Amino acid sequence: MNDIQPHPAVKDPKPPRKWTPPGLGLLQGLAVSGRNLVESFYKKDRMVTVQYPEERLEISPNFRNFPFLCYDGDDPVKGLRCTACSICEKECPPQCIYIVLDRDENGKSLKRPKVFDIDISVCMNCGICSEVCPFDSIYMDGEYEMSGYDRFGGMMLGLDRLSKSADYHMKLRPEQASEVLARRKADEEKKAAAAAAKAAKAKAEQEKKAMEAKQAAEAAAAESSQGGEA
Amino acid sequence: MSAVPELLSPSVPWWDLEWLPRLPQRVVEWIVQFLGLPEWLAQIAGMAVAAFTVVGVFAGAFALLSLIERKTLARVQNRLGPNRVGPCGILQPVADGIKMLTKEDIVPARAEWFLHLLAPVLIVVPAILALGVIPYGKSWTPVPLELGLLFFFAVGAMTELSIFMAGWASVSKFPMLGAMRAISQMVSYELPLMLAALGVVMVSGTMSLPEIVAQQGGFHLGFIPAWNLFTPWGLVAGVVFFIACIAEANRCPFDLPEGESEIVAGHMTEYSGFKYALFFMGEYLGLFAISGLGITLFLGGWQAPLPGLGFVPSWCWFFAKLSAVIFVFLWIRATFPRVRIDQLMRFAWLCLIPVSLLTLPAAALWHHAGRGFSGWALTLPLLAIPWLILTVTFNKRMAPQTRRFHYADS
Repeated sequence: MNDIQPHPAVKDPKPPRKWTPPGLGLLQGLAVSGRNLVESFYKKDRMVTVQYPEERLEISPNFRNFPFLCYDGDDPVKGLRCTACSICEKECPPQCIYIVLDRDENGKSLKRPKVFDIDISVCMNCGICSEVCPFDSIYMDGEYEMSGYDRFGGMMLGLDRLSKSADYHMKLRPEQASEVLARRKADEEKKAAAAAAKAAKAKAEQEKKAMEAKQAAEAAAAESSQGGEA
Repeated sequence: MSAVPELLSPSVPWWDLEWLPRLPQRVVEWIVQFLGLPEWLAQIAGMAVAAFTVVGVFAGAFALLSLIERKTLARVQNRLGPNRVGPCGILQPVADGIKMLTKEDIVPARAEWFLHLLAPVLIVVPAILALGVIPYGKSWTPVPLELGLLFFFAVGAMTELSIFMAGWASVSKFPMLGAMRAISQMVSYELPLMLAALGVVMVSGTMSLPEIVAQQGGFHLGFIPAWNLFTPWGLVAGVVFFIACIAEANRCPFDLPEGESEIVAGHMTEYSGFKYALFFMGEYLGLFAISGLGITLFLGGWQAPLPGLGFVPSWCWFFAKLSAVIFVFLWIRATFPRVRIDQLMRFAWLCLIPVSLLTLPAAALWHHAGRGFSGWALTLPLLAIPWLILTVTFNKRMAPQTRRFHYADS
């Protein structure tokens, strides 16, 4: 009946056919589904359904979708790392980022964004903005419940909805966030050390100058006294 | 056979649980008599109430079953099933009903609208009529007919008519295909169904369903109930009857008339809204009816399964057995995939019908050789030897083959 010839490499083309009463396979099948039915009532690991709105799966740290802006401390305006350098705006492939630099009354840059909008109906979740940011400011979020009633306004995220604290980042992706924090801390320390060294150097120079002046004065005095004697 | 004098006799206290299902009937009859209306009116009112009791009980059971079925299937697949409407999803049937009622009722433009309307009605009617003759309890047979079994099959055959009516009136390809399948399947499976029931008639000597149940009372050896299932011919006939039941009730794995993967929904394709719900209801009521008949014929109807349990009202036993049988239906649905149409027909004509024909001489032998040990000794070989032969042939020719596709292997 079986027209297909087995390949020579196939060791056992015909399985040993044992005598089985008809219907045994059916009963075995019933046993399997019956075991599923019974065990579903007391074996917790069988029931893998997560009752979504009430409980949710923990998302992976590698889960990334829309960008958010990170700020240090408690104040989302003062602590914002973003300096409105507009690199992300220029790199963004679908051009969904819009940034306006904040300036004081003299037109001097305040190094912070006045407007930072991301249209997430356009955003394609590529993550390029977060990769190019030199100020550790923009990262990809893990937020997935972003449905809204409004197609245009509701999908346009401003600073108020984009700004999220560094603690949130730490909770979302601990590995990345702690690495960033350590680097920022090291940078700050280095900067502080450099500033301290500069201050020390300036002080030393001042002291040296003072010393020299003093020595010069002393020398002049000695000269005048010597001259007097002579 | 009229139940009226029985019911109104003062010897039956109203709190007797055995009579509980007939309490509404009794109350109505009492009211009619109290008002001094004629006797025939009391009878008609009593019958109407009895009919409404049956319809009410089984419509409620249908609602419950539609939920339990979904829950059971979900559990077998390690899911939770409907659990949003009400605690544990208990109100799901209500939500389904509201949805079905408020849906638009679409009739295809070229359909034969009158037949299209009539088909879903006509599928519910025979199911309810068939439910009417089944003895639910010692004193609860809605319509105690002398030829109840014949009536059941005669009315049950109407289901095919309405399914074909639905398929024809839709003037559409899938319903037509589904209806043709339904006709061929149901006609083929009606045969083993009736042949299996015939053995019971031969041994009982009656077609009255309450009488058949009454004859299955008592116990062998003090604990084995004297049901027809616990005889050699009854076991075989019962299994054949059960398999044919699945096909008659259009249940998985024989639900070819509405095979979703092939012909959308078969005869129900062009139906929507409440007509669709009626098809569903007719199918489930038919399932209840045919399970009830199986219980009556083979599982001792309302008889208690063990001695000393007579204090439980007899209708409780009937409904316990009904739940068990329905659960097996669900279990089978959850387990087996749908068979192919040629497998289905071959199974009916080459396996079920010969086997059910064999039960007839076996039943005759059982009847004439005395129903005890000699009956077993004579009928067992009559059934066992063909079974062994069938086994060997099935293993030879119909066992699943292991196919090796060598291009895939290398």
